[in-house]
Amino acid sequence: MAVKQISIFVENKEGKLVTITDAIATAGIDIRAMSVADTQDFGIFRLIVTDPDKAKEALESSGCFVSITQVVGVSIPDEPGSLAKVVKILARYNINIEYMYAFIAVAKKNASVVLRVADNEAAEKILVENGITLLQESDIVNF
Amino acid sequence: METKEKRYFQPEYETMPVENIKKLQSEKLVKQVKYVYENVAYYRELMDKKGVKPEDIKGVDDLHKLPFIKKDDLREAYPYGLLATDIKNCVRIHSTSGTTGKRVVAFYTQNDVDLWEECCARALTAAGVTNDDVCQVCYGYGLFTGGAGLHGGSHKVGSLTLPMSSGNTERQIQFMMDLNSTVLCCTPSYAAYIGETLKEKGYKPEDNKLKAGIFGAEPWTEEMRRDIEKNLGIKAYDIYGLTELSGPGVAFECEEQKGMHVNEDHFIAEIIDPNTEEVLPVGSKGELVFTSLDKEAFPLLRYRTRDICILSREKCSCGRTFIRMTKPLGRSDDMMIIRGVNVFPSQIETVLLNCGYAANYQIIIDRVNNTDTFDINVEMNPEDFADIPNVITGKEKKLQSAMKTMLGISPKIHLLAPKSITRSEGKAVRIIDNRKRLGINI
Repeated sequence: MAVKQISIFVENKEGKLVTITDAIATAGIDIRAMSVADTQDFGIFRLIVTDPDKAKEALESSGCFVSITQVVGVSIPDEPGSLAKVVKILARYNINIEYMYAFIAVAKKNASVVLRVADNEAAEKILVENGITLLQESDIVNF
Repeated sequence: METKEKRYFQPEYETMPVENIKKLQSEKLVKQVKYVYENVAYYRELMDKKGVKPEDIKGVDDLHKLPFIKKDDLREAYPYGLLATDIKNCVRIHSTSGTTGKRVVAFYTQNDVDLWEECCARALTAAGVTNDDVCQVCYGYGLFTGGAGLHGGSHKVGSLTLPMSSGNTERQIQFMMDLNSTVLCCTPSYAAYIGETLKEKGYKPEDNKLKAGIFGAEPWTEEMRRDIEKNLGIKAYDIYGLTELSGPGVAFECEEQKGMHVNEDHFIAEIIDPNTEEVLPVGSKGELVFTSLDKEAFPLLRYRTRDICILSREKCSCGRTFIRMTKPLGRSDDMMIIRGVNVFPSQIETVLLNCGYAANYQIIIDRVNNTDTFDINVEMNPEDFADIPNVITGKEKKLQSAMKTMLGISPKIHLLAPKSITRSEGKAVRIIDNRKRLGINI
């Protein structure tokens, strides 16, 4: 059920982001969402894309250090309190969120949130039980 | 005790005519070789293998017949293999890092300690130190020989000794100012650091009572010497030594500051071609080789220091007749000296392999604000990649602490993507020593 995220190790050197974005563009892949975590020495570029396996291949052949991370995706109404509801459910079950980021489909009036937790299955089970809609791979392709 | 204005600590040796030095060395060498052959099985085997008997050594002219001994031998013989006397006759151990984690351990009898301290006392006296002085020793105390050597030398001279050890600059400065230190003993980079700190605190060179400094254990330049002398208002003297031979004081500088006088009544210095092992004439550039003449616990015959330098028999205006050696001009092996600590690439490789990394690494050394910086780039394993930065920085910290355990100093670790370290013609550049830009001989 989990969603595939592309994680790319980026040394803090000029031109690295050009290589990454060029590789994805050339492969004809759409980026749906992204987030960057950075330290003094390196950053980790995280992407939700239309075709993660193809993106990984394209990035690797451009010399990027890539891995696919399984993350939890939820689809929530684009209205005040929706995200708070999700976070509260996870907090109640002591599920720690390592990081999260979101993307919005204005036309569909909903938001997609990507959550990185230690145990995807447990988190997904609890979210479903509490009436939260999970994001499917198809939702990302037909956004 | 009344003040004695002395130019030499032991003038009978320090100003001995050259032909008498040779005679003395010859007599001592014959005895030392016999002593070593009889008491150290490891040496006996080395000599037998080369077909040399103690009776073949009749004086310094026969020195070339003896086999060399290398740091690898010291490691192989660790810990007791080169000990020449009963352990109950030993009173001290000092140690230096070895090439693959095994340390080199040197033993001292009381006589060995006394002679070593006398060598340090000669260095202090050459720098004008008397029993009127206050000698602040901020070399590290412990297994490292720096602290113990200059401490003992300062006692022998009769100066008031401040056993500060290294670090805690605030306290160093407080003692220096409150107790009127006149002599500073430490690494040149620490002396420079103290000088900078004093300047930052608004002190002028004339505000301190320092007159001289004895600085060694790491490479430094004439430019650094001038800076230290200007900032501290002192005259800076170089000192040379190796733990294997005793410690600092194997050679020391006089007021001429033109090379270091080798304590030739205790050590014979030779220069060899590091590749052919052929002895080169005085004045040639080559690898420095030492033979101890008076050591009881840990005698070494023809020890290859791996330091490249030049010897000079030119007469010195200070009156000392001992041969002079230049500052080491480089190394004939891959040892690096970082913050005064000897580091071998093989040690770093051992840690990487022990910690599950491939030996794909790059060492980057520089000197910033008079302190050596030490960074190691390491390629991570593909399976080590995490999408959470803390997981990667956690691995860096773990590797850093393993390096600290092996090396004694802490490098900054940078984990990089696999295959990201530049390889030129398939061979990686392992060491980038940017201190070269400062003119430091590394």
